[in-house]
Amino acid sequence: MKDFNSLQQNLKKDFSGLKKIKLAVVADSSTQFLVQAIKGYGFDQAVNFEIYEAGYNQIDLQIFNKTSALYQFTPEYIIIFQSVEKLKNKFQKSELKSRGSFADSHIQYVEKLCDTISESLQTKIIYLNFYELSDGVYGNYSNKTEESFLFQLRKINYLLMHIATKISNLFIGDMSLLQARFGRQFNYDPKMYVNADIVFSIDFLPYAAKSISDIILSTSGYFKKCLILDLDNTLWGGIIGEDGIEAIQLGDLGIGKAFSELQLWIKQLKNRGIILAVCSKNEEHIAKEPFEKHPEMILRLNDIAIFTANWNDKAENIKHIQQSLNIGLDSIVFLDDDPVERNRTRTFLPGLTVPELPSDPAEYLEYLTALNLFETASVSAEDTNRTQLYVDDVKRKTEAKNFTDENSFLATLEMKSSIKAFDKFTIPRVAQLTQRSNQFNLRTVRYSEAQIEEITYSDNFFSFVFTLEDKYGNSGLVSAIILKKQNNETAFIDTWIMSCRVFMRGLENFALNNVVTSARKKGIKKITGEYIPTEKNNIVKNFFLKMGFENQNGIWALDTTKYVEKVNFIQAVQ
Amino acid sequence: MDSSDILKEINKQLVRVTNNEAIVLSKQSTAGEIPEWDSLTHIQLIVELEKCFKIKFKSTEISNWKNTGDIIQSIQSKIKC
Repeated sequence: MKDFNSLQQNLKKDFSGLKKIKLAVVADSSTQFLVQAIKGYGFDQAVNFEIYEAGYNQIDLQIFNKTSALYQFTPEYIIIFQSVEKLKNKFQKSELKSRGSFADSHIQYVEKLCDTISESLQTKIIYLNFYELSDGVYGNYSNKTEESFLFQLRKINYLLMHIATKISNLFIGDMSLLQARFGRQFNYDPKMYVNADIVFSIDFLPYAAKSISDIILSTSGYFKKCLILDLDNTLWGGIIGEDGIEAIQLGDLGIGKAFSELQLWIKQLKNRGIILAVCSKNEEHIAKEPFEKHPEMILRLNDIAIFTANWNDKAENIKHIQQSLNIGLDSIVFLDDDPVERNRTRTFLPGLTVPELPSDPAEYLEYLTALNLFETASVSAEDTNRTQLYVDDVKRKTEAKNFTDENSFLATLEMKSSIKAFDKFTIPRVAQLTQRSNQFNLRTVRYSEAQIEEITYSDNFFSFVFTLEDKYGNSGLVSAIILKKQNNETAFIDTWIMSCRVFMRGLENFALNNVVTSARKKGIKKITGEYIPTEKNNIVKNFFLKMGFENQNGIWALDTTKYVEKVNFIQAVQ
Repeated sequence: MDSSDILKEINKQLVRVTNNEAIVLSKQSTAGEIPEWDSLTHIQLIVELEKCFKIKFKSTEISNWKNTGDIIQSIQSKIKC
């Protein structure tokens, strides 16, 4: 991790051309350093955080006054930072009889802050939870009495998690977890607090900035989707091709515990929706043997979406995996114990994340979990099956190679799709799609669940979700379209997104047919649309032209009364 | 370590935290004379000096500093003992 001074050096660099994200910081302590750290950390992530820093101790003033500078700034994110030191003062000045309900009142206050903000702003709120701190009044007995500060403090941290499960645009920046890692002596400098009312120490600032930035980036669509694994001395100890299946270190053998626990962690990631792939210099049948036969292996072949074991260059193999999965290099992490391979893949595949694994395998897991590589913005029921979806897709692609004509291939797939408007069951997945999809995404507007919910129940919007199933498997909910009514006869395509897993299947043709039919029924004569280019959505650059829209002074328009149905091979089902 | 070495180190750290390489300190220099040397960079400077000399300042002595020479004295008194 870069130190604070290095992050400060970044502030002088050229931020132009970087993705801009607007955020506001409101706090009850001095935040100049924190703001500098966030801004500087953002530069290294290729993000230009445009930051509004509220005046010192102005949380209520800025949030409860709807005409404040905070609201005028219209931030995409608001970071609310209340320090445990101020909380402690408030607690100690409160009446004895109200202390048992201190946490509950504080949580009500936080809910009120969130409600007030969300009334007027479409913004995500990041509330930093509290360092643990004893006020030294009850000692260990604090754990046995509700009237102690520690009891109420821990309850607040717990309740913050609880309300975050209910308030979809509320995210918790886990400062308490960082304190568990570094300790109060590292995080906090009493001199800085007393002299300048700064509660994060200089050395801690970069870690706080990273934690906050991790939330912002993941909720803005930047997160890891795939983990590619080397095998020998990465997933097990020893070299399978030389030591053989009996001698590789796993479980109780040698330092096998290090590898078993690493595998267990990787398995959890897979269940959370991270796609696993293997990239190893090995004979394929030998490399697969432990996955099939070793009793202590936790990862099995069906956990791995793409298994590459050969003697080719690893950068080439990773490129191949990336193309098969159709995801960005910047959403892939590659684990390899060999520094030479790490450097090589890093050089040839810019954007790929290649952690500098410690030389001692015992340290792998601690090191990797501390990096927090797999921050996520949402979870959906689909995540657990994600690997299977990609495995199905690889089969499909293999089959497609046997056809010279695309249509005849599509016709053999026996595709079925169901069409619905958004409802309470699909809201989480739709929000997730808006956050995850980068390629087939015409305007790249990211929505939270709360925003999708609003759209769902608004008369000004028509929404559509599409599932896709074929003989190889069910891809689930893979496309969403939001039309915004502009007047009685015109609707604008606010959002049209499709998962990268179902490109080239003609689903967009099927979708447009259905959208037009439904629009006609509602009396809509004209559908308009807009393409907002990003680094990643080049694939839909000519989408409107291809779909028969006409360019009318920069806005694409389709006359629904003259629309000719598009050819496709998908059958509509309930 | 004599006072001129300490002065050099303070100068080096102040340049680092203010990003101004033109700063040349004397024992008489005060924060008021250097625009970038504000209350925030002062805090940062203190933290950096504590780190590089492996010492801890007391809040009371910090508030008594009048010029760079006072900082040098504070540091010298701590390295000696």
